[in-house]
Amino acid sequence: MSELVQSFQGLLVSGLGPQLGDYAFIAIKTVVLILCIVLPLMGAVAYLTLWERKFIGWIQIRLGPNRVGPLGLFQPIADGLKALVKELIIPASSNKFLFLLAPVLALGPALAAWAVIPFAPEVVLADVNAGLLYLMAMTSMGVYGVIIAGWASNSKYAFLGAMRSAAQIVAYEIAMGFALVCVLLVSHSLNLSDIVNGQAKGMFAAQGINFLSWNWLPLLPMVLVYFISGVAETNRAPFDVVEGESEIVAGHMIEYSGMGFATFFLAEYANMWLIATLSAIMFFGGWASPFGFAPFTWIPPIVWLLGKAAVIVTMFLWLRATFPRYRYDQIMRLGWKVFIPITIVWLVLISAWMQTPWNIWS
Amino acid sequence: MAEIRNYTLNFGPQHPAAHGVLRLVLELDGEVIQRADPHIGLLHRATEKLAEHKTWIQSLPYMDRLDYVSMMCNEHAYCMAIEKLAGIEVPERAQYIRVMFDEITRVLNHLLWLGAHAIDIGAMTVFLYCFREREDLMDCYEAVSGARMHAAYYRPGGVYRDLPDAMPQYQPSPYRSEKKVRELNENRQGSLLDFIEDFTRRFPTYVDEYETLLTDNRIWKQRTVGIGVVTPERAKALGFTGPMLRGSGVEWDLRRKQPYEVYDRMEFDIPIGVNGDCYDRYLVRIEEMRESNKIIRQCIAWLRANPGPVITSNHKVAAPSRVEMKSNMEELIHHFKLFTEGMHVPSGEAYACVEHPKGEFGIYAISDGANKPYRLKIRAPGFPHLAALNEMSRGHMLADVVAIIGTQDIVFGEIDR
Repeated sequence: MSELVQSFQGLLVSGLGPQLGDYAFIAIKTVVLILCIVLPLMGAVAYLTLWERKFIGWIQIRLGPNRVGPLGLFQPIADGLKALVKELIIPASSNKFLFLLAPVLALGPALAAWAVIPFAPEVVLADVNAGLLYLMAMTSMGVYGVIIAGWASNSKYAFLGAMRSAAQIVAYEIAMGFALVCVLLVSHSLNLSDIVNGQAKGMFAAQGINFLSWNWLPLLPMVLVYFISGVAETNRAPFDVVEGESEIVAGHMIEYSGMGFATFFLAEYANMWLIATLSAIMFFGGWASPFGFAPFTWIPPIVWLLGKAAVIVTMFLWLRATFPRYRYDQIMRLGWKVFIPITIVWLVLISAWMQTPWNIWS
Repeated sequence: MAEIRNYTLNFGPQHPAAHGVLRLVLELDGEVIQRADPHIGLLHRATEKLAEHKTWIQSLPYMDRLDYVSMMCNEHAYCMAIEKLAGIEVPERAQYIRVMFDEITRVLNHLLWLGAHAIDIGAMTVFLYCFREREDLMDCYEAVSGARMHAAYYRPGGVYRDLPDAMPQYQPSPYRSEKKVRELNENRQGSLLDFIEDFTRRFPTYVDEYETLLTDNRIWKQRTVGIGVVTPERAKALGFTGPMLRGSGVEWDLRRKQPYEVYDRMEFDIPIGVNGDCYDRYLVRIEEMRESNKIIRQCIAWLRANPGPVITSNHKVAAPSRVEMKSNMEELIHHFKLFTEGMHVPSGEAYACVEHPKGEFGIYAISDGANKPYRLKIRAPGFPHLAALNEMSRGHMLADVVAIIGTQDIVFGEIDR
């Protein structure tokens, strides 16, 4: 494999000259790697929609989609085709440029964030040291898509949705940020690979029961805060006031049809996968196996990571099927008056703990 | 300085929480409701006027279509008005059947209400659980009348026919295996009464199931406690009836206060609320389902033991049986007159009301002795409830309006008529 890559590089260098050839090689290599992440991600997003419908269907004693292909497996493809061929309606009184820009702004950051996700040891597109910071920046960017969509639609429902979204995401971004600060405090690093590697050491890991050494145990309240904030961040039930089906119909997406709507949809599900994968990386040992002995170590690391992410994503769906929706002001109260104080207190506690002789992260 | 104006939001008629065709003009200050202005009439079908041009019996199916989630209760009030005007005696067995189906209808209505209310507040699973049980009750409707919804089963003088000895069965299809069909038909082997009895045995556990999802759920409580509070005095002044009134703590139930049919022989409790908020009304309706279940069981026990006629033998009102009609000249004339000209109701006026799942549903009929009403007025319980929407939702938030619409259990068939 690497010989093939090297011979391809050699071909480019001999064809375009040493400088231009190297640039061309890097560009092509990056594009190929991006495709290697984005295409499976899009597949995962598509099949997450099917899994959601199936899983919630079983909870609600129905079958879920089962007509398109065996077990309904072609349903996401059929849905995608339908969205593609539907007419894209642009409201006459909207700001057309912003109206079309908004879905792109929503999806872009949701995909860009994946650049720093380590799927296995050394398997990461951009192994940057400020990975966590980059992630925070990217996930916050998503809200621009929502706000611009709400503004550009020139619709009252969309506008209400945008306002709700702006307030909600600010509140939960802070709680989420503080939860992650705890993680970076104990990992001494902003690099996601280091965060995962940091969880593989410790008293329990030495005895082969790795999962007790992961961050979730010492940072338990932060796991909950992070997970709940993640649900709020992705506008999923019970925090889905932004699109609040029965109140503001679809919120910022109300005027979108066809692919415009589908793009928001893709962004939402890509964000769900992102939050789930991040939870796995930050708190549940990333690609590490829960036990340090066979047969658990035979399973490749990427399977562990994706398996953990899939379980967490399923929790999102479970929440959606179980809980009623919060009211907008109640969400704000939970964010500002409960989560942010909890995270700050825990941050101080962890910092104090790290100064004591019982520091387990030295 | 710019003038500050309230944000006007057009809520419905095409809105997922508009319960059909409610158009609500909301004036918002931020998300806080300043004024809620319900606009009605989008489902107006002129039922009252149509009734003036149809024979008494021909108008009966229109009653199903008023409140189209509690069909038989509407018919009941209409039949009672005619019976009152014409002084018709209803056989005892028919009275028990009516009471049983009134209560089945109450459960049917409350299940839809619960599902819709829950889905309005965002708990979507309850909706599908409720529809699972509604399916069984719809099958009871089907077994007894042939129609799953618009039954036209109650007739002046009794009910159309006696309870059937067999239940409709599921048929095998490419999507359902033989084994699955056998499972589905398992509790349909006996008579309708067996099926209903089996249902009443299962039903309390189902209600527990809904309650585990909602009653103690923090989010559900946050969304309903203290929302849309109506004091007992205001509830009475606003003309509330049914669970809306009982939720405010007023013990008023027509089944107890003005017993009709055989309700005076039934044992049941009347649940009432304390605070008059959405949560209390929710609890009242949940408890009413359990009470209805008890009444249904009492009716089943009586109906099993006491066979008899189910419709009056006065052939000026009710058609004679097929056998009689074929063998007897007089009966043939009755049959012919009844199905061409219809029944004549002595002149006079009468008001009859029933404790409908939503409140007091009344029919005020004036007859001039012809074969059709001179004037028919329908008292729909939902109408005064909707009229109070402004008062109930003022000062609450946009999401609470949805909860209040849900708690009012609004159906536009009866409000717009």
